[in-house]
Amino acid sequence: MSIKVGIPRGMFYFDYYFLWKNFFNNLGVDVITSPKTNKDILNKGVELCVDEACLPIKIYHGHVDYLKDKVDYIFIPKMTSIHKKEYCCPKHIGLPDMIKNNIRNLPPLIDTEINLKKSHKNIKSSVFHIGKHFKKNSKTIAEAFQKAYRQYQEYIEMTTSKIIPIDINTKYKELSYITNVKKENYGRRIMVLGHSYNIYDYYINMDLISKLNKRRFDVVTAEMVKENRSREYAARLPKRMFWTHGQRIVGSAFALIEEKSISGIVYVSAFGCGLDSVLIDLIERKAKENRIPFTLLTLDEQTGEAGINTRVEAFIDMLEWRNRDEIDLSTHG
Amino acid sequence: MKLTFPHMGNVYIAAKAFFEELGQEVIPPPRNSKKTLEIGTKYAQETICLPLKIMIGNFVESIERGADTILLTGSCGPCRFGYYSVLENNILKDMGYRVRFIVLDPIGEGVDKLKKNVYQLFNAQNIKDVLEAAKIGWQLIKKADYITDLSNRKRAYAINSYEVDLIMDNYFKEVEKTFGAKEMMELMDSTIDKLNRVKIKQNFSPIRIGLIGEIYTVIEPFVNLELERKLGHMGVLVEKSLTPTIWVEHHVKAFPFGSKLERLKHELAKPYLKTAVGGHGLETVGSAIYYAQKGFDGAIQLLPLNCMPEIVAKSILPNVSKDYSFPIMTLIIDEMTGEAGYMTRIEAFMDLIKRKRRTVANG
Repeated sequence: MSIKVGIPRGMFYFDYYFLWKNFFNNLGVDVITSPKTNKDILNKGVELCVDEACLPIKIYHGHVDYLKDKVDYIFIPKMTSIHKKEYCCPKHIGLPDMIKNNIRNLPPLIDTEINLKKSHKNIKSSVFHIGKHFKKNSKTIAEAFQKAYRQYQEYIEMTTSKIIPIDINTKYKELSYITNVKKENYGRRIMVLGHSYNIYDYYINMDLISKLNKRRFDVVTAEMVKENRSREYAARLPKRMFWTHGQRIVGSAFALIEEKSISGIVYVSAFGCGLDSVLIDLIERKAKENRIPFTLLTLDEQTGEAGINTRVEAFIDMLEWRNRDEIDLSTHG
Repeated sequence: MKLTFPHMGNVYIAAKAFFEELGQEVIPPPRNSKKTLEIGTKYAQETICLPLKIMIGNFVESIERGADTILLTGSCGPCRFGYYSVLENNILKDMGYRVRFIVLDPIGEGVDKLKKNVYQLFNAQNIKDVLEAAKIGWQLIKKADYITDLSNRKRAYAINSYEVDLIMDNYFKEVEKTFGAKEMMELMDSTIDKLNRVKIKQNFSPIRIGLIGEIYTVIEPFVNLELERKLGHMGVLVEKSLTPTIWVEHHVKAFPFGSKLERLKHELAKPYLKTAVGGHGLETVGSAIYYAQKGFDGAIQLLPLNCMPEIVAKSILPNVSKDYSFPIMTLIIDEMTGEAGYMTRIEAFMDLIKRKRRTVANG
């Protein structure tokens, strides 16, 4: 029986699952993920985590708790920095430490630090550190990672070709299926902004993307804008944005706002998110300048679906009136 | 150039004298008040953390008094303080104020920019001038901190602790009337003299509490509802894990290695939190252990609502508390914090510590 590694379906799952799953598989290790977020996972997470943490962190605790008796290792990398001179959110950095202190009877964690702040070459030593749990030979590990990384690059290509990343993660096991999918249906787009773990976890945001699709809007997200393009726009900020995720969200929003290719922006934010408190302000200002409607959905474990529905419907109604009557209603009324 | 800066505890005392000595016109903001916070909460975005709200209040009050240049230290992640300057600039622009920001970003962001800013601020022509000026500034910071620390110690031991408050209030009033480093030093010396003459209790061993947590809430008395005074009046000796002196020692004097004390705290925190998480999250965990080992009776963690690094620390502290059987209480502060609820929690915590002492004493 081969070794089983658990990857919780929360936080960076939505960004890097493809990369790590393939890497572990290439090393001959089985990967087990927790199920999609559900009520039990949420409740368990809320119970285990400190009250002050944001919703996705709490949910992540629930996912780890689900996996803890079912696997040999749980993979929770310490994401300090994923780009030169930039950081992740402090809670990302402290995530493995929070988990260790909040959950009892855990299997061994693989909590290798990934810190590319000084140099992108540091990824090598992190990869070896992870791989050493399963294989002795560093050449095997390097090859396994390189192969996984190539597949991951293909996946990134896919996400920037108008397919919502989560669909690639869940609906399509193999990337080759995707080429025939119809990508744009309605000819008008709403940008859904926020951290990947808020907008691709359908339980957290109560399936916002389908709601928008039902009202005949295509959805575009930050991950679907090419990275170099979002960096180019983020560089126009008066101060260097030192969060990689912040950079991506602000840059892609600025790009599409200036291009005027979107009808509106829906920002999905977890209550208490520190990055969002900064990002929302920057994006809302820009949207206002360019007369793009903007709305904010703040979520926590108390949020009810009815309230979210009302807000989304009102926003879409406003967009449609705006379009039909060709009047510029106030975008922030 | 009429210079102003945000409040952070006693820093303004040193900063005012320092920049006056260098020939800059300085307009320190009025001391933090309900009004300051009200201005901040009205104009800053709702979801941002408390320090920014108070800073906006400070800036507005200073600008109304004639300031046109704002001095701010910067940082570059991962705590959101690094982006304060941009947000604040936007907010002040919205309000129709035209001011200049001088942001002292860390050296990694470009040596030339920092150099230019420092030379301009210090009215310096060369590096010798800068060092000369820095020496005076350092003296002032150390002395201002010494007074705060001395007053805390005296308050715990004093027969009449309100005498200390009287001296301190008088000192704060006089600070506004002084000009330049020499006058400030004289005022400080006479205050120290007065504090030393306060009558103290003999054969008294007070409860000792370490204040840990986010630097702004630890240092700024308005934000933590004068926690040092409150504890002092209860006969509690307070030590702060972070003071301007400790900050300068770690970030400026011992650059790039960091001061001995802070490195010790990092070492202590290692078994619980492997790496720094931005802000002072790692130091909070380390300080808790440091105070536990030094035989303190307990620690109080302070943080503004939604402070990211401190939330990480908060989820780790219960384990520290258990392993060292060391009581730790967390107080979270925002613009809605009410004084009565806050007092109840502090009193309950003190009762707990007193009972713990008795149990230990009775075996």
